Amino acid sequence: MLSLLLLCLALAPAPTLAQDPTPALVLAPAQDLCKPETSNAYKVRISVKTALGDQAYEWNESETFLFRATIAFAMRQHFDTETYNVSSVLVCNETRRVSFWFVVTSPEDQSVLVDKDQVERAIRKYRHRINNVFLLTDRTLEFLGIPPTFATPVNPDTPAWLIVFGVVIGLVCAGIVALLVSSVLQRKRKKSGTAGEEEEGKPVKVENGIACENLEGVHNGAFTDDDRFTKM
Amino acid sequence: MADSGLSVDTKREERPKWDNKVQYLLTCIGFAVGLGNVWRFPYLCQIYGGGAFLIPYLIALVFEGLPLLYLELAIGQRLRMGSIGVWNAITPFLGGVGIASMIVSFLVGLFYNTILAWVLWYFFHSFQDPLPWAECPINANHTGYVTECVESTPVNYFWYRQTLNISPNIETSGSLQWWIVVCLGTAWLIVYICFIRGIETIGKAVYVTATFPYLVLTIFLVRALTLPGASTGLVYLFTPDWEKMKNPQMWLDAATQIFFSLSLAFGGLISFSSYNPETNNCERDAVLVGVINSATSIYASIPIFAILGFKANSNLISCLEGNILALTNAFNIGDQNITVDNYDQWFEDLNGTYPDKVFSLNLKHCSLQTFLQESASGTGLAFIVFTEAVKEMPGSQVWAVLFFIMLFSLGLSSMFGNLEGILSPLRELHMVPSWIPKELFTAFICMLSFLVALIFTMSSGNYWLEIFNSYVGSIPLLIIAFFEIIAVVYVYGMKRFGDDILFMTGRQPNIFWKACWMVISPVMLIVVLVAYVAIQVQVEPSYAAWNPDFEGFPQFDVQPYPQWVFAICILLSTVPVISIPLVALYHFILWAKRRRSSQRHRNRAIPYDNGGYVMHS
Repeated sequence: MLSLLLLCLALAPAPTLAQDPTPALVLAPAQDLCKPETSNAYKVRISVKTALGDQAYEWNESETFLFRATIAFAMRQHFDTETYNVSSVLVCNETRRVSFWFVVTSPEDQSVLVDKDQVERAIRKYRHRINNVFLLTDRTLEFLGIPPTFATPVNPDTPAWLIVFGVVIGLVCAGIVALLVSSVLQRKRKKSGTAGEEEEGKPVKVENGIACENLEGVHNGAFTDDDRFTKM
Repeated sequence: MADSGLSVDTKREERPKWDNKVQYLLTCIGFAVGLGNVWRFPYLCQIYGGGAFLIPYLIALVFEGLPLLYLELAIGQRLRMGSIGVWNAITPFLGGVGIASMIVSFLVGLFYNTILAWVLWYFFHSFQDPLPWAECPINANHTGYVTECVESTPVNYFWYRQTLNISPNIETSGSLQWWIVVCLGTAWLIVYICFIRGIETIGKAVYVTATFPYLVLTIFLVRALTLPGASTGLVYLFTPDWEKMKNPQMWLDAATQIFFSLSLAFGGLISFSSYNPETNNCERDAVLVGVINSATSIYASIPIFAILGFKANSNLISCLEGNILALTNAFNIGDQNITVDNYDQWFEDLNGTYPDKVFSLNLKHCSLQTFLQESASGTGLAFIVFTEAVKEMPGSQVWAVLFFIMLFSLGLSSMFGNLEGILSPLRELHMVPSWIPKELFTAFICMLSFLVALIFTMSSGNYWLEIFNSYVGSIPLLIIAFFEIIAVVYVYGMKRFGDDILFMTGRQPNIFWKACWMVISPVMLIVVLVAYVAIQVQVEPSYAAWNPDFEGFPQFDVQPYPQWVFAICILLSTVPVISIPLVALYHFILWAKRRRSSQRHRNRAIPYDNGGYVMHS
């Protein structure tokens, strides 16, 4: 019995960063499940410094723990069951980049992995919540293989440009109408003014077809540059 | 034939007058200073080795630009008529020059206002956050960004797809894009309201449209100089590359740039100066307008290049950051351990240790020079390069709004000159019955121009606009200018013109002006014209199409013009100037008929027909 236990302890893999204290016998097969490049594993890339600059936090064990808890939360919410635990989420192959692989084990049977599609659906649904836990965005908390969700484009009832256009065209049309009206009024005033004059001075002295008032005479186009000579 | 009765002002109707000298100068400056000063001159400076380009440019200004400008202002002020009246008065044989000017003004006005419509479209869209050309739109089923946008850039996508909705080639006309039609209508309405009472309203409008661009350029200058990378751009612009001066194309481009920049041969300048009092000093005006135009070009290129330097710098940083991300992810290096500053060192280390892996990443080669050399002129500069720079600047909406208002007022003041070059000759042709008020006639011309310009609102509109720009706004103007100078110097007579100038300015033109008018400028014009045609003929005319289905997309799909399009190009170059020989021929036939009939009369011993005065038709 003792030798059997000793054998099992010897076979148990070295403790990794993301190991929680569960009996080695149960853990050994489960930890094997988390392998990079397998069909049900997702790679995660985290860029805290890019996202937060000076206010970046260190990525350490506790952050990984939080990550696992968040994924478990997403799985719980999506499948509407309370059986997912932090222990259901396994993390491996952490690098300095801060990137790692994770898998989710089924709550009923720890040796069975939850399907990739289902994990994806859960994560997509709660992506926003997951991002906010870490103060990151879709681009700085990347799940390779899950495309970032796009905010629904805001479609206002009136596109903004039509409003500006409306203002400009309103002003221009108002201006045109105002100027045209004032031109018409000006012309009417001139007409009534000259009409008044004509009624008074009917017998106008005329000589050679030129009214005496036009003392300047009619310009005779046959002479050129006569202005030059008349100016004193 | 030479001593025709030069009518000064025989009409009962009083010729309109400028309220004051400032309005006249601002109108001329506004006409000369246009979009080309902002988006063509800096480009030419860039490709022809920076400071070195200034030399042929200034030579062309002094020997070609200023003499022609002075000539147009003087002849307009002396004869006090628009372009048709002036040339008809000098000699009816060259009356076709005025008609050619009018046709060119009309055709140029069509596409110029379409550019203003595009500027308005961008202006309307600058009031959004984020700017619509900053990000790609999401596709219909919300799974990703629109492919066309991802393959090119958001700025390109916004210009080619959301603004122009451009077709893949010029044969595919597509339909009228309603949003551009709306903007075009707005642009013509704005032109109409400024022009509604002729120079009375223009004179007030130019106080704003001619001065506002300078204010915005100064604001941009101050802002641009504080941006990172600005000094790189400026150094790149002004470092002269003297080798380029051996390139004859550079001299040709300098000459044509001066010529088109001063808006000569449109007839607008002649009309504007005809509203002046007779004893105005037009020599000083010409020198002032010419120098201010060139100074504006140089002044505008400073903020433009500072901003282009900033853009090149931003592009370099994005490029490096893309590479950094690739390296960080592939080698699992800590986040932000590789930065822009230590990138080179890290790259060398990694490439030394794992060359295969680094090679497989397909890293881009990021060089500041490459980004600086991405030059653009024309609409490419304003709507692609500059908008890309603006979206990186903090407070981008403000800068975008300012920039597009500046472009609009630059273009609007040039449109005044174009419209004047159309309306003034039409009135002199007596094609307009006098009972039609000028407001109505102006409205009619604006409406007609708007309807014809709807060609440019089709999907293939941009391709047609490029055609109009290259073929109408080039060779016909050179030909018209050549005939103008010949008409004044050799037909009207240098002596008579000199006496006119003595009357107007108080002294005879000095030897410099006389030498330019009689020899230097006509020779330069002929050389430029011949060289221009020679170069155009050598190259097969082609255009750059935006075709998302093209293999090399987002590169342009360079296609040759189809035969029928090329025929239209030739037509556009020749139809405006064909009026010159036609009118000359028409008058020659009349003259020949009169001579024959007068000879017949002489044979019947009837009093001698004194050819001393010619009857105007």
